[in-house]
Amino acid sequence: MLEIKNLQASINNKTILKGLNLTIKPGELHAIMGPNGSGKSTLANVLSGKSGYEISGDVNYEGKSLKKVSVEERAQRGIFLAFQYPLEIPGVNTNNFLKTSLNSIRKSKGKKELDTLTFLKLVKEKASELGINEKILSRQLNVGFSGGEKKKNEILQMKILDPNLSILDETDSGLDIDALKTIASGVNSSRDSKKSFLVITHYQRLLEYIKPDFVHVLSNGKIIKTGCGELAEELEKTGYQKLN
Amino acid sequence: MKYQELEKSKEYKYGFVTDIESIKAPKGLNENVIKFISKIKKEPKWMLDWRLKAFNRLKNVKEPNWQKPKYPKINYQDLYYYSAPKSAQDKPKSLDEVDPKLIETYKKLGIPLNEQEKLAGVAVDAVFDSVSVATTFKDKLTEKGIIFCPISEAIQKHPDLVKKYLGSVIPITDHYFATLNSAVFTDGSFVYIPEGVRCPMELSTYFRINSSETGQFERTLIIADKGSYVSYLEGCTAPMRDENQLHAANVELIALDDAEIKYSTVQNWYPGDEEGKGGIYNFVTKRGACRGKNSKISWTQVETGSAITWKYPSCILQGDNSVGEFYSIAITNNHQKADTGTKMIHLGKNTKSKIISKGISAGNADNTYRGLVDISKRALNSRNFTQCDSLLMGNKCGAHTVPYIKNKNASSIVEHEATTSKINEDQLYYCNQRGLNQEEAVGLIVNGFCKEVLQQLPMEFAVEAQKLVGISLEGSVG
Ligand SMILES: Nc1ncnc2c1ncn2[C@@H]1O[C@H](COP(=O)(O)OP(=O)(O)OP(=O)(O)O)[C@@H](O)[C@H]1O
Ligand SMILES: [Mg+2]
Repeated sequence: MLEIKNLQASINNKTILKGLNLTIKPGELHAIMGPNGSGKSTLANVLSGKSGYEISGDVNYEGKSLKKVSVEERAQRGIFLAFQYPLEIPGVNTNNFLKTSLNSIRKSKGKKELDTLTFLKLVKEKASELGINEKILSRQLNVGFSGGEKKKNEILQMKILDPNLSILDETDSGLDIDALKTIASGVNSSRDSKKSFLVITHYQRLLEYIKPDFVHVLSNGKIIKTGCGELAEELEKTGYQKLN
Repeated sequence: MKYQELEKSKEYKYGFVTDIESIKAPKGLNENVIKFISKIKKEPKWMLDWRLKAFNRLKNVKEPNWQKPKYPKINYQDLYYYSAPKSAQDKPKSLDEVDPKLIETYKKLGIPLNEQEKLAGVAVDAVFDSVSVATTFKDKLTEKGIIFCPISEAIQKHPDLVKKYLGSVIPITDHYFATLNSAVFTDGSFVYIPEGVRCPMELSTYFRINSSETGQFERTLIIADKGSYVSYLEGCTAPMRDENQLHAANVELIALDDAEIKYSTVQNWYPGDEEGKGGIYNFVTKRGACRGKNSKISWTQVETGSAITWKYPSCILQGDNSVGEFYSIAITNNHQKADTGTKMIHLGKNTKSKIISKGISAGNADNTYRGLVDISKRALNSRNFTQCDSLLMGNKCGAHTVPYIKNKNASSIVEHEATTSKINEDQLYYCNQRGLNQEEAVGLIVNGFCKEVLQQLPMEFAVEAQKLVGISLEGSVG
């Protein structure tokens, strides 16, 4: 699914990722933990194709290099990023945004666009699964949404777009206990042998609900330790200090 | 010199030719040219006198220069004031001969092939399908007593109406360009809706019979008699090219007691190349009088074309309880300049006005909202609400808001809100990450920004205008 080899990324003359290696196979869920500023969001951005970075190393997705592949094409090929800080877009109706987005992706795959009715049925189903109040979907995208609502909205988009590789950047931060559980079950119900996940989090708590196949520690632009679920528990007790 | 051009130069030399296919007045602005126009149009004497009065007045007024966009000096003696529609020989024979860029835009807008041909001015030998459409259309209107025809026809057939109302909102003593138009206007639309009639369809210039090129000095007059209603659409979303650089149209609307006029415009004249060369100057005077009590005039405009746009569709709220509205989207890209807004003149009691203006600038463009709200002493209990929002794309463009407010009585209320925002890279990135390409993303964000105005447009116009908004800003973000 995803193969990262010796990835380096810098921006504004600051090198943030310093030779990162990571392989994610279909069906796997990897968690990334690490101190603030270690480069987790940067990794997510670089994988999504965000411009502005100077990049070296290789990133292969589904067997093909992502070099020179635009942000939208990556999205169309099934890479999804749930943002740490979802953006507000005034004037743009949330449902309309979701529909435009889904249809662009469908179009790119040569699939027929969904009509409004079918789309609304789909949204209704997914929204109720995630305990999202439908009313917020007729509001402007993320404008005036609470922190938790924004995060849930990201997961709703993930459920609707049905990507192959989902990158969740601190989706659990700012969620109450109940919301955390619904989101976790939303992720779990999407897991299957073909879909992969990269889950960035600071808290072991999330990983109690979403069982990772691997846990990596990212520090100073490199993965310094890899383990299974227990590594997260260990970190919860000892912190990152000891690893350095 | 090619043979055709040679023929043409002969025509100029001998002045006026009578062959209807190739009529052209010689260059220059003088009494003879005005007489010529009037004669070609078979106008009665009173009309010619009216034109000449305007022309005399013109000699004593100067071009205004207070507007923000400056333009090179226009040599009025170096312009043609009349030329007949192009003959079939001069027109492209098929769409293959038309600028491919233009065709591409038509396609993006989803304009059907036969309409594309019509818009691009392709000479079509076969009888237009639209002829029959136009006829059934006209029958329906006649049934209701509605008059919808070229103004030149109205001058001949409905002189009483024209005499009574022409120049009653924009007098010939108005500013330079309005007066110029009064002297030399060539054609335009005339609409009369009789008392108590609700016009059963949107009237559009596109459907007007014999609507071929009306020239650079268009004149439109719309009268809604007591208790009537009409919605009128001007222009079209397809880009329009024209050899004439200066366009100075006059549009007059009159709403009598309890009548309502809704006037929607999509203006997409050629804006010039990326450097701004060759674009059209669009200096338009649009004014409506809510002459009767409880009358209403609503202007909606989507301005995307022209090198320079300079227009202020206005409402004179004379009747008590009358309502004026102005909804505007002005998009400027590359080197385009727009100075646009409205004037709401409150004269009657309990009059209301609402102004929603959305200005979008990209590239090196400059966009100014200029508006006047004037509430007179007598206009007790009047209200105005104004909202001006500007959206900037990039760092080289400009947006300005110049609201003038004169409230001369204490019982009236004026509210003004203004915002300026920027499309940021992160919003675009967010949209891209959800699979939208740059064009779709810009379209979505900008359409969201102007939603309140787009909602005012008649349905099928709104859909096209939405696409147009995206296309106008193509290539404006990195
Ligand atoms: N555009 C930029 N210009 C300069 N420095 C940047 C830029 N973007 C990120 N950085 C820096 O790179 C480092 C890594 O940032 P990143 O957002 O990837 O961290 P993170 O691991 O996601 O942190 P957190 O846990 O706080 O979300 C930080 O020190 C940050 O300040
Ligand atoms: Mg982060």
